[in-house]
Amino acid sequence: MDLNIIWFILVGVLLTGYAILDGFDLGVGALHLLTKTDEERRISINSIGPVWDGNEVWLVTGGGALFAAFPDVYATVFSGFYIAFMLLLFVLIFRAVAIEFRSKQESKRWRAMWDIAFSVSSIVIALLMGVALGNIIRGIPIGVDKEFIGTFLGLLNPYSLLVGITTVALFTMHGAIYLVMKTEGELQNKVRTWVNNTIIFFVICFVTATMATLIYYPNMITHFKDNPSFFLVAIVTMLAIANIPREINNKREFRAFLSSASTIALLLVLFAIGIFPNIVLSNPILENSLTIYNAASSQKTLMIMLIMAIIGMPFVVAYTIIIHKIYKGKVKIDDTSY
Amino acid sequence: MDTEILARIQFAFTIAFHYIYPPISIGLGVLLVIMEGMYIKTGKKIYENITKFWIKIFALVFAMGVATGIVMEFEFGTNWATYSRFVGDVFGSALAAEGVFAFFLESGFLAILVFGWNRVSTKMHFFSTIMVSFGAMLSAVWIVVANSWQQTPAGYHIVNNGGYLRAEITDFWSMVFNPSSVDRLLHTLSGAWLTGAFLVLSVSAFYLLKNRHVDFSKKSIKIALSLAVFASLFQLLTGHHSAQGISSTQPAKLAAFEGHYNTSPAPLYLFGWVNNNEQKVNFGVAIPGMLSYMIYGDFDKPVKGLNEFKPEDRPPVNLVFQSYHLMVVIGFTLIGLSLLSLLLLRKDALFKNKLFLKILVASVLLPQAANQLGWISAEVGRQPWIVYNLLRTKDALSKSVGSGEIVFSLILFTLIYALLFVLFIFLLDRKIKHGPDEEVEKDGVYSEQKVIFKNN
Repeated sequence: MDLNIIWFILVGVLLTGYAILDGFDLGVGALHLLTKTDEERRISINSIGPVWDGNEVWLVTGGGALFAAFPDVYATVFSGFYIAFMLLLFVLIFRAVAIEFRSKQESKRWRAMWDIAFSVSSIVIALLMGVALGNIIRGIPIGVDKEFIGTFLGLLNPYSLLVGITTVALFTMHGAIYLVMKTEGELQNKVRTWVNNTIIFFVICFVTATMATLIYYPNMITHFKDNPSFFLVAIVTMLAIANIPREINNKREFRAFLSSASTIALLLVLFAIGIFPNIVLSNPILENSLTIYNAASSQKTLMIMLIMAIIGMPFVVAYTIIIHKIYKGKVKIDDTSY
Repeated sequence: MDTEILARIQFAFTIAFHYIYPPISIGLGVLLVIMEGMYIKTGKKIYENITKFWIKIFALVFAMGVATGIVMEFEFGTNWATYSRFVGDVFGSALAAEGVFAFFLESGFLAILVFGWNRVSTKMHFFSTIMVSFGAMLSAVWIVVANSWQQTPAGYHIVNNGGYLRAEITDFWSMVFNPSSVDRLLHTLSGAWLTGAFLVLSVSAFYLLKNRHVDFSKKSIKIALSLAVFASLFQLLTGHHSAQGISSTQPAKLAAFEGHYNTSPAPLYLFGWVNNNEQKVNFGVAIPGMLSYMIYGDFDKPVKGLNEFKPEDRPPVNLVFQSYHLMVVIGFTLIGLSLLSLLLLRKDALFKNKLFLKILVASVLLPQAANQLGWISAEVGRQPWIVYNLLRTKDALSKSVGSGEIVFSLILFTLIYALLFVLFIFLLDRKIKHGPDEEVEKDGVYSEQKVIFKNN
């Protein structure tokens, strides 16, 4: 295994960490408007209150690692998906503002406005990320000079939108399970019913998206044909999904949450196996694809960063676990809450 | 308008807006450590009130910094893709280090700092405060290192990477400790400390004028003033050292700072207006030979002038001259204000002097202005280069992004930043007007635990 492969995996780990962590708080946002009273809404926001900011850092660091390890991918994708990324930034800021400012005023209209902003921006963020992922699977038009030569509207194709909606469904399910862990009493009973609905919604999207991928983008399964043992990953993914309703029915929410977190991670592993060794597939001109070799930084930089990662990542994992442990259990509203 | 101008306007606007907040976080972070340290040491309720109040302000500012900071990271790729390809190998590792070492530290412990009063022990909370403050400074370290590398590149070589040139790292530590990083880091940090200190001075002076939270304000002022006195003097030292460094690493920038065209012994201007066509400084007052003396310790030693550089290699002189001189003037004003406050405090006159308190209320804007002006001097002074002597700003743009797209995003940012700023000021104002929660009835439970801490 060379440094390029290691960094392909490490960037993947950071983005997977982001998807699992911010995934549940985006999901809570997507479900936010289903809560009705102000108290319920405060519980909903405060369930992610102390952690959402830290969760977003995984995106920032994933972006930084992509810049450092694969500068060409970072440059091509960020400039190529210009409008999409600007919209993403816009909703990311809007969402942060909504969380921060919602409970700062008593006014009902003030709160209702920020509630909508929080929920809509959470859904749009998940959608945009899924659309980006869908386009990476399809491949995007890249010129000989590694520059994107397509258009913004070209990125909004049916397949990518399908992947976008699937991502929203996945995060919503993940967020609903998280919310069951954080709530109690009547609200918890209500959230339980959402979990079942979101599971059904996700499974429908997932099956459709998988069929579409197999039919239209068979390039994604080349490695699975060459190396059948990868198929185990697909099977484990199915089992992880199937395990979610089982744990929920047995009221073992934490294990359900672990199952949905595993589902997210495994889906991204399947995606990574599918695109490897490309990071950005060029479609239609295949040879312009950005791979883990032609788009990477020098071996020296990859090595320096590997040392940093080895020193830094144990701390990161430790903080993440400590913070989530401190704030585990049911939401309690106090004077420091949102 | 062409894409270069638009992309530069967008970057300047978004970075200037972002840079309102991190200096407050860094400065206030240091003060929070002192405040909470005092609370733990004395166990007095008043210090708990002080700490809790400033944590609320800190949380608001921090959130603004994070929200506007993500934009900066994205913009390197979206608007400056060619730059990103060129510097990724060098710049990227500093940015990644910032993420791995600093951001996780800050954001993780921030959760405890803001939400953890009732969840963790006092010691754990204090530890978190230290970690957040440390993390905020650590993130400044890495981003200033990356920026300094653009000013004074070191530890790299240029390689042809499949059709285009890029910088690749040869020596990590000489990249990190490039000729300007230490000076610029210390200068940036002391600017940030001043920003936090003067915010606390301003708000406390406001309370004193209104005769509210008197004990709170007096104690806050004493803590903030100690930092202000140190940081303002330290700022002078690091600024001087920076200028000396620039004379050898970026002589065109130093020449632009002083509007100095012909290589000769150089005067130091107090103010003036540069006429670039006639190559002279109008309406100026200067001390002859002073710049030569400050750089070389010799009034007669020549300083390299702008005419040594081709016209296309010179920065816009008057803008750099003005921003630099204004920054220096503000720097000295801050020293004056800090020392005067200290003097009045010693004479027991500070808290009664209404006029001076009014000046302190307004002084919160000074470090903010100096920070912005300093960055304009540094960044515009580096022009026309984005990476000094290696890559020109006009060659660093994204090839696949048109001016229409930049106009769209510029409008988007203007709208959301206007909204953000209004909300920020509104909430800040409300928090300040609301003031600290004062239940002074008795000292916290920790006053009884004082003994435990003393034994440690």
